Amino acid sequence: MATLSESRGKLGVAKARAEFPALDAEVHPGVALRYFDSAATALKPRAVIGAVDEYMSSYSGNVHRGLHALSERATEAFERARETVARHLGVADTGQIIFTKGTTESINLVARSWGNLALGAGDAIVLSELEHHANLVPWQMIARERGATLRYVDLTDDLEWDLDSYDRLLADGRVKMVAVTGMSNVTGGRPPLEEIIRRARAAGARTLVDAAQSLAHERLDATKLGADFIAFSGHKVFGPTGVGVLYGKRSLLEAMEPILGGGSMVLRVTRETAEWNDLPDKFEGGTPPIAEVIGLGAALDFLESLDADAVARHERRLLEHAHEVLGAIEGMRILGTTDLERKGPILGFTLEGAHPHDLSQLLDRAGVAIRAGHHCAMPLHDRIGIPASARASLALYNTADEIDHLARSLEKIKSVLRRR
Amino acid sequence: MDDALDPLYRDEILDHYDSSPYRGKLEHPDYACDMDNPLCGDKIHLELSITDDGRIDKVRFDGRGCIISQASTSILAEHLEGVSLEEARGLTSADALKILGLTLTPTRMKCGLLGWRALQKAVAEPAAGS
Repeated sequence: MATLSESRGKLGVAKARAEFPALDAEVHPGVALRYFDSAATALKPRAVIGAVDEYMSSYSGNVHRGLHALSERATEAFERARETVARHLGVADTGQIIFTKGTTESINLVARSWGNLALGAGDAIVLSELEHHANLVPWQMIARERGATLRYVDLTDDLEWDLDSYDRLLADGRVKMVAVTGMSNVTGGRPPLEEIIRRARAAGARTLVDAAQSLAHERLDATKLGADFIAFSGHKVFGPTGVGVLYGKRSLLEAMEPILGGGSMVLRVTRETAEWNDLPDKFEGGTPPIAEVIGLGAALDFLESLDADAVARHERRLLEHAHEVLGAIEGMRILGTTDLERKGPILGFTLEGAHPHDLSQLLDRAGVAIRAGHHCAMPLHDRIGIPASARASLALYNTADEIDHLARSLEKIKSVLRRR
Repeated sequence: MDDALDPLYRDEILDHYDSSPYRGKLEHPDYACDMDNPLCGDKIHLELSITDDGRIDKVRFDGRGCIISQASTSILAEHLEGVSLEEARGLTSADALKILGLTLTPTRMKCGLLGWRALQKAVAEPAAGS
């Protein structure tokens, strides 16, 4: 039955699920896929597959170069994707949307280029143990180079930001950057971005938001949020791998030096010197991932074609259901906050007596795909005092039945591993 | 798994995992080393004692981690007792996998070969103080 929104042309949850052909695949003979690893990479809808296919089959020219039809068509589609990203982020100026190869490259670009400009000896960068290695290691690298220091916000027992400790870190005015995730890839915890950014600005610090996880679940408005930089990856928002985005404030991007020299990023080159191109090209040296950018545009168009409220309600119900049925398993420990208002649909967990890798492998026999390991968040696992964890991450295409199947499979594995 | 457990987790492997006779410490090890796999947090401490004619006398290990890493170290220990030091040094990863009799996916290879990597490191140099 069509919902009210569907009658307005928006796609509901059940119809959205039907758009992901990978969900129909058998992972082992006779075993259907139950995919709980969207936080690692999300599955792709037909619209994305089709857009990539169409570019590769019918107009696979390079961009910003040739004057022939293929190149012009490719350039047009490529720049249309940039407009889509800008619109999705609530940004009017497409010059502020830089294509990279992923969140990691976006953050490295800021750390290196902005860091070289703005960081000096004794300056500080604020981080927390909730961050993915992609939002830790680039800062460690540039801090070492510039003689800056890293300051870590205390986390509460629920693995949330302790804002009082944050205030203490900001107090001496030496903090130049606060880099924070929109959603932890281990606990799903959502640091209070508005408050964090407000306090950073008051202390004269810049901010970078790692939206790699959050953007698949909640749309953000870059202008309203006020962050100086925002980074995300295409493949976690149902687009292709190999493409990511860096959004930045224009004045900052204009002051920053490019880190990749080469074609496209220059206006004029002599034997000795080169003059940088305007934004965003200045930061996009070399042939960009054209098919992937076009695919990312299609992914965001797809997201916008969905009934956002219905998707949000669905994901919330799934998260509640997962906390309920997984939380009922004896020996289960779900990491992070139990206040579901403050987290997204990601469940990091440990199960007593079962190593996450064994769990993951045994679940695979039941067609269940979860992630196991440290999820590129070693400092967080050190903080919790565990070497590794298992993670079930949910997306708009998951169902309550799939979560029940996961819970039943976990119970079965437990009984086999404790057979004596 | 709906019908049968993954053959990787057969009873023999589970036995090696939760009641290995090779788990423990030697009083006077001739070779010892620590090896870990930061990716999964698996850790192995391996100790060997050597007979006068250069054969591995006793093997003991301690550690924590997934079933595959711990059980495969135990199986390797079982195989090593009585083997010459030369032979142990020449043991390739392919040999080790044959001894284990496990079919491992590329991602689990690191777990299954943790004990072998510990062995290679251990026999490369004598234990401190021996």
